[in-house]
Amino acid sequence: MPKTKEAEAGPAAPGDAGDLILPVDQQAASLKSKDLLGIEYLDADEIQLILDTAHHFKEISQRPIKKVPTLRGKSVINLFFEPSTRTRTSFEIAAKRLSADTQTISASTSSMVKGETLIDTARNIEAMYPDLLIIRHAFPGAAHMLARTCSAAVINAGDGAHEHPTQALLDALTIRDHKGSIEGLRVVICGDIAHSRVARSNIHCLRKLGATVVVAAPPTLMPCDVEALGVEAFDRLEPALEGADVVMTLRIQLERGGKLSFPSTREYFNLFGLSRDKLALAKDDVIVMHPGPMNRGVEIASDVADGPASVILEQVSNGLAVRMAVLYLLAGVGAAKKNVETAA
Amino acid sequence: MSKLLLKGGRVVDPAQGIDQTADLMIDDGLISGIGSDLDANGADVLDVSGCVVAPGFIDMHVHLREPGQEHKETIKTGTAAAAAGGFTGVACMPNTSPVNDHRAVTELIIERADEAGTVPVYPIGCVSVGQQGEALAEIGELVDGGCVAVSDDGYPVATAELMRRALEYTRMFDIPVIEHCEDLSLTGTAPMNEGRVSTALGFKGHPAAAEDIIVARDLVLAELTGGSLHCAHISSAGALRMIRDAKARGINVTCEVTPHHFVLTDEEVRSFDTNTKTNPPLRSQAHVDALIEALADGTVDAIVTDHAPHHADEKALEFDLAPFGIVGLETAVPLACDRLLHRGHVTLQRLVELLSVNPARILRLDAGDLSEGAVGNVTVLDLERTATVDAAAFASKSRNTPFDGWELKGWPVFTIVAGEVVWKAPG
Repeated sequence: MPKTKEAEAGPAAPGDAGDLILPVDQQAASLKSKDLLGIEYLDADEIQLILDTAHHFKEISQRPIKKVPTLRGKSVINLFFEPSTRTRTSFEIAAKRLSADTQTISASTSSMVKGETLIDTARNIEAMYPDLLIIRHAFPGAAHMLARTCSAAVINAGDGAHEHPTQALLDALTIRDHKGSIEGLRVVICGDIAHSRVARSNIHCLRKLGATVVVAAPPTLMPCDVEALGVEAFDRLEPALEGADVVMTLRIQLERGGKLSFPSTREYFNLFGLSRDKLALAKDDVIVMHPGPMNRGVEIASDVADGPASVILEQVSNGLAVRMAVLYLLAGVGAAKKNVETAA
Repeated sequence: MSKLLLKGGRVVDPAQGIDQTADLMIDDGLISGIGSDLDANGADVLDVSGCVVAPGFIDMHVHLREPGQEHKETIKTGTAAAAAGGFTGVACMPNTSPVNDHRAVTELIIERADEAGTVPVYPIGCVSVGQQGEALAEIGELVDGGCVAVSDDGYPVATAELMRRALEYTRMFDIPVIEHCEDLSLTGTAPMNEGRVSTALGFKGHPAAAEDIIVARDLVLAELTGGSLHCAHISSAGALRMIRDAKARGINVTCEVTPHHFVLTDEEVRSFDTNTKTNPPLRSQAHVDALIEALADGTVDAIVTDHAPHHADEKALEFDLAPFGIVGLETAVPLACDRLLHRGHVTLQRLVELLSVNPARILRLDAGDLSEGAVGNVTVLDLERTATVDAAAFASKSRNTPFDGWELKGWPVFTIVAGEVVWKAPG
């Protein structure tokens, strides 16, 4: 790909833009905050910018040589204080395809096991001049704490049951790929809403993009006053599914407690498992999504997960593009902000 | 013989039905008279014109952390904070290390308070040995050593059986059982109120029902036993409804609320500021409204701080991991003046009842009034003074307040204990 003049001139393009092929308006645009802590804090234009940028990044992963020099010389640190395969790997690959240097620190190998606090860990990492910090943590607000402590751009890769913004963005990209637009769609999120950061980020994201969001869960797995998030709530799956354009099922998070939330996985599947029969209540062109990891036969039947309506693996591929886009957009903002602070 | 004459203030003494501009004389630590144009007659004179002269305020719910947690607070710094907040006495909860379940601990607390010599400290003993909720502590010994009440604060009295026996047993000594009303099976590790904010932030929620359930249990037991029940730091509209009803039926119950519960809502937690983490948690606006209504109508007997100092390092953790608690001694009176009095929710007389008369009555203290011969404990307020909360300047060892930087109107200006000015406002 020939290097464009716009790419060279674009103030938000960090380092050598290489053979990036972004339209002019996206080269100049940027996110308002130095961090991505949650979808709640973004406006619809910022979400569209990330999705449009991600759309252009998709193609890189289909090249024979899957690497561009966009973030060459940038340093990305993954801080994973909670188990993760998909998200951690996705961020690592995304950073590497943009030529950033990456380092992953997981809870078991960090000084947290020696009693170091999160703030002290953050200060020590900050002293090594990273450009981007990605954090996965078991408690809500951990990413916010890091963002207050560090001048590097912080990306929340999941903070307890609070937010998981890149998951919602990759879900939105996947829906947009299939439906053209998100405006006016009816999206059903079903399962363990109470313990799900994916649900919270998706509710914010889809509503900002104009969708109607419906949540369905047993009352024991539905958080209090959920309607305040701007959703319709159902305590049975069947009526929620009527007229659905998109159905997202969520994993039951037994590790987050709630042993009294339902009597058995068998009964849960009978009532809330997404089976072919139940899915037939949705629109004919419905798509089925799951953020993973999936418990087959608990929240979703295998023939649905692997069936023609499933876009579950496309979500994973889109995750890569979305994370490349977020890294790209925040690396630029972070550098600009630091320059301003130095000058002041 | 030291004498102190407070000249020209608005003397408010609900016990005697006094609210008038007058002079107040304290002679050798005791109040010797209220009248117009009293002759100084060799006394030190304090011009308090334009100020309110009230019976000394008593905070019946503080954590002084000594013995055992002196990095958070000591009796010396805690009583200095009390004086700086306008309080002439504090009752301290027994969850120290070791807990105050033995007379020796009670006596140590009183001895240290005497050494500090700022404001008197009234220890509260444990209901149960080690606050373990199994066997009654030696309550007779604790009372003999100087305890004015018993409580397992930090936790509820563990079982209905134990609470029944505590309410019965304390009748012998005419002291209240102070209950931390929380059904632990409903709250678990929840760091905040259950409601729309906990849902938005993804936190496990502490429902108001957890408080209501223990209040309900204890009201039934107070009725059964005739014991004296005092419900600590009430935060729930439902609990207040039950207490109001119980009082109307003649049950021997009193209750208290904190400024942070009647000023702040759980919306504050959206900042993830661990200085908003407290137990019971900050509730929704509907509960705040119910608290203010109950403060006005007499359902609530006392304003307390639940002063809960924590070291900055302990609060600099993830919200779920940080300890519960807010310091309150140096902000309670201005918050009550600004938010209750100046907004017209309570009268000045009612405010003095909440901060002085009623805490003294509940703890059976010889305090809370300005009648002749009473101990000369006085709080002087300047209701027009406007100042900004400056946590860095606190006398307390800890700074864990969500009110730092707040501009408030109505502050204490002199704290007088037994006729001695133990604190005066700077400037």
